[in-house]
Amino acid sequence: MDITPHLPALQVVVPLLAAPLVLLLRPRGLAWAGATSVAVLSFCIALSMAVDVAQGAHFRYAMGGWEAPYGIELSIGAFSALVLLIVSGAAAFSLLAARHSVDRQIEDERQPLFYAAWLLALAGLAGIAVSADAFNIFVFMEISSLASYVLIAGGPDRRALPSVFKYLIMGTIGATFYLIGIGLVYMMTGTLNLADMEARIGDVTDVKPIMVAAGFITIGLALKAAVFPLHVWLPNAYTHAPHMITVFLAACATKVAIYVLIRFDFFVFQANLPGHHLQFSFFLLPLALLGILVASAVAMFEGNLKRLLATSSVAQIGYIILGASFLTEAGLTASAVHLFNHALAKGGLFLAVACLACHYRDLRLDQLAGAARNMPLTAAAMVVSGFSLIGIPGTAGFISKWLLISAALDEGPYAWVLVAIILASSLMALVYIWRILETLYFRPAMTAPEQPGEAPLPLLGVTLIVALANIGFGLFPQFPLSLSSAAAELLLRHTL
Amino acid sequence: MTAEATILMAIGLPVIIALGIVLAGRLSDNLRETVTLVGAAGLAWVVWSLLPALFAGERPGIVLSEPLPGLAIAFRVEPLGMLFAALASGLWIVNSIYSIGYMRGNGEQHQTRFYTCFALALGATMGIAFAANLFTLFLFYELLTLSTYPLVSHKGDAATVRSARVYLGVLLCTSIGLFLPAIIWTYHVAGSGDFTVGGILEGRIAGPDVGLLLALFVFGVGKAAVMPVHRWLPAAMVAPTPVSALLHAVAVVKAGVFTVTKIIVYIFGVDFLFTTPSSAWLVPLAAFTIIAASLVALRQQNLKRLLAYSTVAQLSYVVMAAAVLKPLSEVGAAVHMVAHAFGKITLFFAAGAIYTAAKKTELSQLRGIGRRMPWTMGAFTIGALSMIGVPPTAGFVSKWYILAGSFQAENLLAIFTIIASTALNAAYFLPIIFAAWFAVEENGSKDHGEAPFPVVLALCITALLTLGFFFFNGPVIELETQLVQESLQ
Repeated sequence: MDITPHLPALQVVVPLLAAPLVLLLRPRGLAWAGATSVAVLSFCIALSMAVDVAQGAHFRYAMGGWEAPYGIELSIGAFSALVLLIVSGAAAFSLLAARHSVDRQIEDERQPLFYAAWLLALAGLAGIAVSADAFNIFVFMEISSLASYVLIAGGPDRRALPSVFKYLIMGTIGATFYLIGIGLVYMMTGTLNLADMEARIGDVTDVKPIMVAAGFITIGLALKAAVFPLHVWLPNAYTHAPHMITVFLAACATKVAIYVLIRFDFFVFQANLPGHHLQFSFFLLPLALLGILVASAVAMFEGNLKRLLATSSVAQIGYIILGASFLTEAGLTASAVHLFNHALAKGGLFLAVACLACHYRDLRLDQLAGAARNMPLTAAAMVVSGFSLIGIPGTAGFISKWLLISAALDEGPYAWVLVAIILASSLMALVYIWRILETLYFRPAMTAPEQPGEAPLPLLGVTLIVALANIGFGLFPQFPLSLSSAAAELLLRHTL
Repeated sequence: MTAEATILMAIGLPVIIALGIVLAGRLSDNLRETVTLVGAAGLAWVVWSLLPALFAGERPGIVLSEPLPGLAIAFRVEPLGMLFAALASGLWIVNSIYSIGYMRGNGEQHQTRFYTCFALALGATMGIAFAANLFTLFLFYELLTLSTYPLVSHKGDAATVRSARVYLGVLLCTSIGLFLPAIIWTYHVAGSGDFTVGGILEGRIAGPDVGLLLALFVFGVGKAAVMPVHRWLPAAMVAPTPVSALLHAVAVVKAGVFTVTKIIVYIFGVDFLFTTPSSAWLVPLAAFTIIAASLVALRQQNLKRLLAYSTVAQLSYVVMAAAVLKPLSEVGAAVHMVAHAFGKITLFFAAGAIYTAAKKTELSQLRGIGRRMPWTMGAFTIGALSMIGVPPTAGFVSKWYILAGSFQAENLLAIFTIIASTALNAAYFLPIIFAAWFAVEENGSKDHGEAPFPVVLALCITALLTLGFFFFNGPVIELETQLVQESLQ
């Protein structure tokens, strides 16, 4: 039996069904093994779909055989395939590396619960990416959010609790706004299927409720995506989460919200509301620029390694939003490819942090002085991923920056302002990454590590693989690039 | 080996050497230094083996990868880059001999890190020399900055780290803030950044924009140390002397002026710039840098700082020669890269030898030192004469070409600057030489002789090269004349 047509459903169903099974795996280590194999399987599914999609395929799937618009439709085009790749890749690689770090941070008896929540988060995020149904997206958004609250609060750090409470409040507001928006659209069109919605909005005579809905949906998703200035939940949540959860969430969680934001707006609203694309652009462009500048500036003065990197994520989200707000194919391509490249860079950086955390309890920069001598390979991975974040040529980050700047140059008379801001923030990124590297390499050691030597092999190995991937995709970016440009083309044609 | 493989070998070999040094450093010091020496010789052999093909008029090249359409990591050997690569790789051998004597003589720490980063810096230099387009050049330009930071901050104390941060900060900020936008601009208007004979910008950009783009390039390439982005060069003098000698007299600074020259010749095109009035500001600026840096050098009390400011001035000779935009002056720019390299590396070697043997760093301490260190001061004298441009030294050859080019362009400012700066060079070098040979040493100073043998050997070799270049400069001139002929055709 050929399972290829069922892959979109399996992408969600496999982790969703595996989650309760993992709960039952009490003996030590089994829960990890179970969750990891499911995540790897899910990565393989995403990869095989991405390869097909890159060759021009488009997956559509009617759940339970109920055809759209009555049943729930799954649809996987280039953009969804790219996001699925990021989500399942982040889950697979962070889980492969996770065992040692989780053993240290989570008690044995709670580990099955922890891994089950992790799989639920994966299922939720993947579900958002495959759904072509507005309400279904909401359901999966709630699944993933609830699971990630649990994951963030699951670590030994008590400060995670107030952080996660803040995240919960803001995340719920975001989800509620999204739901209100969908409610309004449903009121006017009577449908929840995105394609159907798109077709019917054109017939609506009174567009005011639709405009209000667009506002609610944009703000709600911007909250989830941590777009400046709605990002305040993010730095603390990432700082106090268990290290491996930071890796996973930083690589993919906000990106999925950005994906929905861009896809919803381009597909449903921009095709049908005259002038809406300018509203979208004029609203998000200044926020993106502010986010890029302010968050980079704040990161330069941050003393805690994890919060520094988390703050830098806010700036990087700004780049992605900036590209989308250009409303051009070049800009959207840059955006989409930066989703992928930032996941690589930030994932690599947080993995290196997890390595450091194996031997250094305190992750303030002062306490990490001279750590490179103790952990040379970890520090080298930090260098490579850091350079990718800055956008040094030869790394993945450079590709997206180059595309973004090229796209900005087509933006008319103010192009130079945009380029100047992008370059200024690259310089700031250079400063904060260099602070980390200088501390690790050139400052005399202040505190002795708890143990000499590198992190355990699986963690270190994954960290190095991701670091090398930053170089690999910097020299040979054809695959993510082809998906991204296909995604940009789809978005501009206002098709799913 | 095919020419393509040789190019890749020239860039990859230093990385392999660096790995070898790391591994050998765990076993023994002697083994590590053997790896360095053998590696340096190997690199020079590889690079120099490209010469015959180049003299035959070939321009071998290779595309390594093309991440984005039109944006390739590619290498191509042409006369200017060949000269630079041959120079840097050749002098690395001499410098390695010197390093061994210096680092051991001063009992420096972290020697493995030192030799490793040195090898990596040479790899980046080869990449710059052979880069076939702006993007590749920028990549290796940044790698050179980063790989030399550990060398500059080698000593590791607070003052050194502060200076090293100035070094890194100026070079990275100018390259990302100015050089990169200039590159992006070039790709945007020309659709490519390939170094092409005759330039790629003619007809694609005009008017004041040309001057602005040139400014972005000249100031963005901070390594060329045109004022006011020269501050990193004196700051970098906190590095151990072998670093100052090879990197801040040859590889790093020459990478800067090499890049500026290459951009003028292969991106703008000499003729295009000559007919564009908005680019005329470069000669006055370079002239100002020459005079100002020479005046500052005149006031220095520390020998290495004096040499640093003298370097700033000499670099602007190359920039000015390139900016005069006449065939003879372009040859002069290329020849001056070589001539200054031989002379300045000798001077730095001598300064390091004095420090190793006598722990002296200030000019006032050098009275009568010529009698204790005759070989060192003999070499120093030759190097200084070359800086002034007195025959029979290398400096005379390049000044001759630059002057000839300036006359060809009827550029009075350039002619005047060369004459004035020759006088200034004499004014700050001759008193040192005079005091070293003829003044009487202060009483109670330390009794010392020459520096360790490898140090003296290295500086004698470079002094001989400085003299020899006056007589045997034919191949260099022939090679660089190709550069000019190419663009005339």
